Amino acid sequence: MLKITNLHASIDGKEILKGLNLEVKAGEIHAIMGPNGAGKSTLASVLAGREEYEITEGSVDFDGTDLLEMATEDRAREGLFLAFQYPVEIPGVSNVNFLRTALNEIREYRGESSISAKDFMALVKEKSAIVELDAKLASRSVNEGFSGGEKKRNEIFQMAMLDPKLAILDETDSGLDIDALRIVANGVNTLKSDKNATIVITHYQRLLDYIVPDFVHVLYDGRIVKSGPKELALELEEKGYDWIKAEFAH
Amino acid sequence: MSYTENDLAKDLENSEYKFGFTTDIESDRAPLGLNEDIIRFISAKKEEPEWLLDYRLKCFKIWSEMTEPSWAHISYPKPNFQGISYYAAPKQTKKYESWDDVDPEMKETMAKLGISLEEQQRLTGVAVDFVMDSVSVATSFKAKLQELGIIFCSFSDAVQEHPELVKQYMGSVVPATDNFYAALNSAVFTDGSFCYIPKGVRCPMELSTYFRINEANTGQFERTLVIADEGSYVSYLEGCTAPQRDENQLHAAVVELIALKDAEIKYSTVQNWYPGDKNGLGGIFNFVTKRGICETNAKISWTQVETGSAVTWKYPSCILKGDNSVGEFYSVAVTNNYQQADTGTKMIHLGKNTKSTIISKGISAGKSHNSYRGLVQIHKNAHNARNFSQCDSLLMTDECGAHTFPYIECKNPSAKIEHEATTSKIGEDQIFYCLQRGISEEKAISLIVNGYCKEVLNQLPMEFAVEAQKLLTISLEGSVG
Ligand SMILES: Nc1ncnc2c1ncn2[C@@H]1O[C@H](COP(=O)(O)OP(=O)(O)OP(=O)(O)O)[C@@H](O)[C@H]1O
Ligand SMILES: [Mg+2]
Repeated sequence: MLKITNLHASIDGKEILKGLNLEVKAGEIHAIMGPNGAGKSTLASVLAGREEYEITEGSVDFDGTDLLEMATEDRAREGLFLAFQYPVEIPGVSNVNFLRTALNEIREYRGESSISAKDFMALVKEKSAIVELDAKLASRSVNEGFSGGEKKRNEIFQMAMLDPKLAILDETDSGLDIDALRIVANGVNTLKSDKNATIVITHYQRLLDYIVPDFVHVLYDGRIVKSGPKELALELEEKGYDWIKAEFAH
Repeated sequence: MSYTENDLAKDLENSEYKFGFTTDIESDRAPLGLNEDIIRFISAKKEEPEWLLDYRLKCFKIWSEMTEPSWAHISYPKPNFQGISYYAAPKQTKKYESWDDVDPEMKETMAKLGISLEEQQRLTGVAVDFVMDSVSVATSFKAKLQELGIIFCSFSDAVQEHPELVKQYMGSVVPATDNFYAALNSAVFTDGSFCYIPKGVRCPMELSTYFRINEANTGQFERTLVIADEGSYVSYLEGCTAPQRDENQLHAAVVELIALKDAEIKYSTVQNWYPGDKNGLGGIFNFVTKRGICETNAKISWTQVETGSAVTWKYPSCILKGDNSVGEFYSVAVTNNYQQADTGTKMIHLGKNTKSTIISKGISAGKSHNSYRGLVQIHKNAHNARNFSQCDSLLMTDECGAHTFPYIECKNPSAKIEHEATTSKIGEDQIFYCLQRGISEEKAISLIVNGYCKEVLNQLPMEFAVEAQKLLTISLEGSVG
């Protein structure tokens, strides 16, 4: 589904991704871990199409098309979803209005007719139940005045609504209390199928008890420097990153 | 979910000014220029009574001795007042008795404006008065309103049929001496709308007037007078468009609202006069004086969405004369390309326990300049007066400007005045967030801007809110930078 080859990206002249390789197949869950500032969010932004980044080398294939050639909104319409580490607030725009706009744009792109108000509301009801999102939050302005945890839960609600092929969750677990963590993880698991894939960026192995990854990768200094089964996460939790840093420092 | 921005944006592929057509109707117009003879000509054309001609001549004298104001934060070539025709009427010998009598060309114009009367009559129950150039051409729903004693007609008809009301109230809120453009209007106004709601009557439908400037080299000087008698209520809508022309055209209207004891007037405007082209050529100069007076317990609420005109100079105001009276001002002003707007309000607190609210949302794009200018004045006897003002500015580019000039004059220590102001640039992060959800940039901007203006748009009646959202979207297309 996703094949990243030798990806180099920089911002304001500073290289952040330095030859990153990663392959994700349909039905898989990949966890990416790594120290602060390693480039995890940068990878997510580059894949999602944030324009500030300059791609200097490498390629990204997404289901047979060149992802890097696609406009940001078309990547989303093709089924790429990013749950933001820091979701933004859009005052005055209700969550439902926002999502209905998004959904209809995606449907239009796929040559489908827009969703009726009735079907849409039914969908909202069904999907908000998955993440146990308060109905009141669905009608409030996008993320405005939401608590940190509510924002994260809202990201997963949006993901459920848009039903992406590939979801990238950037530290969706941070700021969640234990119950919310279980609910969010449960949501992700419910939405999982053999047709979609998930990349989970996290600092805590605890999340991986709930969302069990097929692979764990360590991103350090702009590269994936180590990959392994889910046990790698435990090892990292125990030993920290120093041993990896020592191995790859230059 | 009442309405959504995306529903609207569908048919809006064309970013050009879509009301830029002219209507081919033979017209009857005054020669260019302004002098006493022209005023006599206008007055004679309209078969006016002697007292009104005298009033006009008096106002003309006042105007002749005034100079154009220059304090606003706008710059523009001074209009040549002798290069304008002050009267242009669609040539039509007989008066319209029914909708069927209306000139088909005229109907087409209205259809293009999206306000086919038939449609409106059938679907929305909105009574419409349509003022093209200088003459009011059709007023629908008259009969239904008449049953309730509501008078809703053109200003000219009011002069003929209700001279006592016109005489009593015209110029009582905006005297000719008030300012240069008010004086000019008082001398040369040609038509406009008149509305009277009798005691205790709640007007069952929105009353609405559409103004359009059609002829070249004409100015539009309409007058609107709304009188809400004791305990009555009316919601009044005003819409404006003009064809695309390379020269500047002048629009100098006067609107007076009178809310007697316990009455309420809601006055909404969607102003979309031609703003000029991308390089700043052409467009309407919109110099308007709007003011209302509130007697005891009365309320006046102004809501405006200003997207048009090359230059706008406009301060809908409230004189809170009666105790416990309430004034509100909700405004969205959008400027793009080379447009300039200097707009805001004056809240004059005279009575006790008077309350005013000001919500102003400025949006500047392109190289435009957008100023909020507001005055809150608390007089000596206005015990416990309250004001809350919020002035927000949203910048779409690095080349545009937003300016805020709040003035506060307080002569009573018991007053409570709050003022909040913010300026923000439209967020790259917000746009990226929308794009990442599959929303196009144009729609993202429309969503964000409409969200930003929500408090104001919510004040508008439904059909108008929809139109206003469309206009916001059109006026800001391709404007982020
Ligand atoms: N505009 C910029 N100019 C220079 N450096 C930048 C810029 N934006 C981000 N960076 C740097 O890029 C590096 C990678 O940041 P990124 O947000 O991808 O890290 P991360 O792995 O997600 O970290 P965290 O675990 O803290 O979320 C950081 O060192 C950051 O300071
Ligand atoms: Mg990060």
